[in-house]
Amino acid sequence: MKSYRGGVQAVRGLDLEVYEGECFGLLGPNGAGKTTTIEILEGLLEPTSGEVHVLGRSWGSRERELRGRIGISLQETKLPEKITVREILRLFRSFYPRGLEPDETIRLVGLEEKSNARVGKLSGGQKQRLAIACALAGDPDLLFLDEPTTGLDPHARRQLWDILKGFKSRGKTILLTTHYMDEAERLCDRVAIVDRGRVIALGSPPELIASLGGEHVIELTLEGNGSGAAPGEVAGEAIREIPGVSAVRIEGKKVSLTACEPHRAIPGILERLGGNGSAVSGLAMRHASLEDVFVKLTGRSIEEADADVLAS
Amino acid sequence: MRTYWPVKELFVIRTKEFFREPDAIFWVYVSPVLLIVLLGIAFRNKEAPQEVRVALVESPRAEELARSLETAPGGKFLVEKAPLESAKSLGSSGKVDVVLDPRDGALRYIYDPAREGSEAARLKVDAALQASAGRKDAVATETVIVTEPGSRYIDWLVPGLVGLNIMGGGLWGLGFVTVDLRMRKLLKRFVATPMRKSDFLVALLGSRTVFLVPEIIVILFAGRLFFGLETKGSVLDVALVTLVGAICFGGIGLLMACRTDKIETINGLLNVTMLPMWLFSGVFFSSDRFPDVMQPLIQALPLTQLNVAMRAVILDGASSADQWPRLAAMTVIGALAFAGALRWFRWV
Repeated sequence: MKSYRGGVQAVRGLDLEVYEGECFGLLGPNGAGKTTTIEILEGLLEPTSGEVHVLGRSWGSRERELRGRIGISLQETKLPEKITVREILRLFRSFYPRGLEPDETIRLVGLEEKSNARVGKLSGGQKQRLAIACALAGDPDLLFLDEPTTGLDPHARRQLWDILKGFKSRGKTILLTTHYMDEAERLCDRVAIVDRGRVIALGSPPELIASLGGEHVIELTLEGNGSGAAPGEVAGEAIREIPGVSAVRIEGKKVSLTACEPHRAIPGILERLGGNGSAVSGLAMRHASLEDVFVKLTGRSIEEADADVLAS
Repeated sequence: MRTYWPVKELFVIRTKEFFREPDAIFWVYVSPVLLIVLLGIAFRNKEAPQEVRVALVESPRAEELARSLETAPGGKFLVEKAPLESAKSLGSSGKVDVVLDPRDGALRYIYDPAREGSEAARLKVDAALQASAGRKDAVATETVIVTEPGSRYIDWLVPGLVGLNIMGGGLWGLGFVTVDLRMRKLLKRFVATPMRKSDFLVALLGSRTVFLVPEIIVILFAGRLFFGLETKGSVLDVALVTLVGAICFGGIGLLMACRTDKIETINGLLNVTMLPMWLFSGVFFSSDRFPDVMQPLIQALPLTQLNVAMRAVILDGASSADQWPRLAAMTVIGALAFAGALRWFRWV
């Protein structure tokens, strides 16, 4: 648990275990307590109560030895603008008793062409790759990454994912935070969904999606049946009872639900709706994602949760 | 496998960062030279006997008096005729040194004795007029004018500027840079590695001290080039006094920065720290000018101690060993500041 003066608890009752060789994601909206959690694990923040074990050791004794085996990328680090990529990596390499030569880390993150460029001349994606390279300088067994792809364009994000997959393929462990559901799905073996300082779900992405009761999401747009009642409400009642349908969520004219066998569920749905006079003006179907898991568990989308943080 | 020395790498990075910043180069190396040249010009010693500027109040005798002054031997007078009121305002604004008002057969001198040179001007004007009216010198006199390097204002100023730069370098170089690194989360990033905190601090202080070397050479060289000021003390003594000063002000800079996480705050803290030393520590004018009651306070300022020691070494050729009380005072202040800074320092 971590609480701040004034009684604000950033994180409470967060109990999890990360296995060697896996990529573990802490997934949640802004302000959920992800950064607090990862910085406690990194030994940069002290928990108000609770225990942390990293690579079988706890913080507080022989700290440098432990730091020599982990690599960290903070949420925002502004590296010196006037220094070149290779110079920065030389510096970070010098902090570790053993590690990768600067040219080797440059190669791992694909910055060969920029090795003599100053940090100030790099794009956002290149800077983020350099931050990862700094984390790799000590050839760590365990990598902590706080929001590694926030603010990057899709191409830069994919490049970064490939770097991390390469790191994991060498049998190493990654713990990252993200508020991108797709990132967690593609990269992580297991994720913990965090909201308001608590873990609300834990498992592999397919397991979590399966917990919805179906891996397909069907979204319907409805027109009223002329009775004056809200079209979604009327339809929702009718749909809930159909076998194989779960997680029905109604929002004005829109109804979303999950189904494991859409080819069976859809005809049943349309039949029921026809029966109570609702007109369907749109139907879309997609694979269920972790986003749907978050919505099911919290009743709000990640964007809504981010907006809550801004509002408070 | 190659071996790496973190202190060296930190030092190299800091040095490269500094020398790749054109603004920093200007402030550190160019501005003190400009300051020397400008102050040297403003306060230059007058080479020849000075001309005396006189406002002569218009009256029937004005013509005759003006002629007497203009033809007086051994003195140069610039005479401006004006009605009484405008003559007085010329005097009070400092455009003339003395106002001469011939009235009722007598000569009235109007001047403010607090204004530099007005007393002398009155004496010169009076002597010239008395001589032209027939007064004879009772004693034969002779004048020797001294403008040798070592006794002029500029000589006094240059060691003060050296001290000022050591103070600025230590305070800004450690205080400002530390807060900047903290704001950029680089301090936090560094302590997330196995880096030794002491390596970081040693490299920061060491690089700042090395930047001082060209700084001081530039100032002393400018003093020599433009004003012929020779450094009498040995290079080693200058270096030792500089080093002790650098450590002292580096410690104070670090103390100011130890918990600060805003640029505005550190700016304010450093300016508040520096202002009394700018004024009282004898950079631009001697601290002896302040009343005795303030002296204990003034002597407690580290820049006062540094300036006294630096002047002794540069101007009088004193050895740094002679200056041990000054050096000891700075060492104690610096050590206390460092101890406090390390005690309260916030890395993350």
